[in-house]
Amino acid sequence: MSEAVKFRFDVDGSDFSSAGAASVMVKKKLRQLGYPPEIIRKVSIAMYEGEINMVIHANGGTAEVEVYDDVIIITLSDTGPGIPDVALAMQEGYSTARENIRTLGFGAGMGLPNMKKYTDSMEIDTRIGEGTTITMKVYL
Amino acid sequence: MTVKELAEALSLKILTNESQPELDREISGVYVGDLLSRAMSRVEADNLWITIMSNVNVIAVAALTDPACILLCEDVEADDDVRARACENGITLLGSPRSAYELCVEYHKQIDTFS
Repeated sequence: MSEAVKFRFDVDGSDFSSAGAASVMVKKKLRQLGYPPEIIRKVSIAMYEGEINMVIHANGGTAEVEVYDDVIIITLSDTGPGIPDVALAMQEGYSTARENIRTLGFGAGMGLPNMKKYTDSMEIDTRIGEGTTITMKVYL
Repeated sequence: MTVKELAEALSLKILTNESQPELDREISGVYVGDLLSRAMSRVEADNLWITIMSNVNVIAVAALTDPACILLCEDVEADDDVRARACENGITLLGSPRSAYELCVEYHKQIDTFS
């Protein structure tokens, strides 16, 4: 594995209007690096959903993207409340988002399922009251 | 059919910069929907995306999914911040008083004319 290109972003949990900024930035970088559109699409969707989740549920966090020749690794870390029932949260349509979030077009219960669907592997490390780290890999 | 041709054929308002080059983009396919997680995974590049959702998060989703344009139906307004962000990201915002259904029907009729 050659040396990775790494990006790190702070996701602001107080500003819903800037949610997605890190994902848009990563998309532009991957495009500049010449990655195929379908790979960029997968990474963009998975990262955007993760970013939105951190804003909705965890008051923000950090997003790190490591780009290797054969894999792109996205690591999302927050110090939010943790996910009490991961299996339930993984079900399409299940959401704990508040009504004000739903009126913005979110809270459809598609976040984690989309992250899993558009990546080749996803690991969730969550601790109640401490936070959640999600690691996703997209292979080229 | 280009975005500009669509705007003229369906009498749509152009809510972003009328001289931006993205007006010449060719439209291919349509997505109608307002739930952003759904849109995130369903809007394809070069689509016409019809929605009633007009907040800044719609612009982020469009920046990632790359539709040819966003068409706000039912006279939904886009505020200045949304318009500015759309322009920054090279996204064309269109507007119409008609419903999503009416716009789809009208677009479908127009495709034959332009094909």
